[in-house]
Amino acid sequence: MVIDLIVAFCLVVGLIFFAGGTLGLLRFPDFYSRLHPAGKLDTMGSFLVLLGLAIHQLFPLTLGTVLTGLKLMLIVVFVFLASPTATHAIVDAGFRAGLEPWRKGDPRR
Amino acid sequence: MKKDAAQQPKLDLSPPHQEGKRSGSVYGATFILMMGVWVLLSGKFDPFHLALGVLSSALVSYFSADLLFSEPLTGKTIRTAFGFLRYLPWLLYQILLSALHVLYLSFHPRMMELIDPQVLRFRSRLKSDLAQVTFANSITLTPGTITIYVNFHRDFSVHAIDRFSGEDLPGEMERRIARAFGEE
Repeated sequence: MVIDLIVAFCLVVGLIFFAGGTLGLLRFPDFYSRLHPAGKLDTMGSFLVLLGLAIHQLFPLTLGTVLTGLKLMLIVVFVFLASPTATHAIVDAGFRAGLEPWRKGDPRR
Repeated sequence: MKKDAAQQPKLDLSPPHQEGKRSGSVYGATFILMMGVWVLLSGKFDPFHLALGVLSSALVSYFSADLLFSEPLTGKTIRTAFGFLRYLPWLLYQILLSALHVLYLSFHPRMMELIDPQVLRFRSRLKSDLAQVTFANSITLTPGTITIYVNFHRDFSVHAIDRFSGEDLPGEMERRIARAFGEE
């Protein structure tokens, strides 16, 4: 019962992070600032959702469920490695192409 | 026409970029890592599957051990690994804090007045490549800041979404990474 509450909490908070990421992607003013919510709130959201799923399938505790939980956590590890690298690559490409970052007071792009 | 066996180009199975001898510790560490991932992903513990795992882990570590560890493992490598593990919980906590901050920003009705994107430049004092990569990726992972570029002189360019996100840089994160990688 307590486990279910923890799982529900993880899933719901994870979904809020995903929603925030999507909303930020739509609302932020320019290319660079949009990457902030897109690249990282999604990372946080997938961490929480996968953590919730890992806890949910962990009971009853057997070797199989532990292995499945560890596999889910392995996905998180790879997301945490790949997401900042990809974000950095996109931002770097933007700066190399000469796109100026949005400053306070500029019109929205 | 009969081909002369001696004239055929010989298939070179030795790993590329092999300068000098690599220590057995590099192979051993790669093998253990590969075997761990194999056991985790296969989840079967009968002799047949374990033997397959040993075989493929041995092959992979023979071919590409120098991709994972470019230098022989020493006590310093192990200390660095433990230092990094000690650094992780703090990083996760920082990610959570700043994720909440960006979440607040992206739901805020007057978001456009709150954000103030700026490009920060500073010179890091971290020496090793691995420490700099860790620092750059940690900056990118904490929401609100993205590493744009790190050049040869260890100059970091960081895009920050507002003043609050960027004001701690380089600061405590760099200190902790320096401690984790033994560069104090």
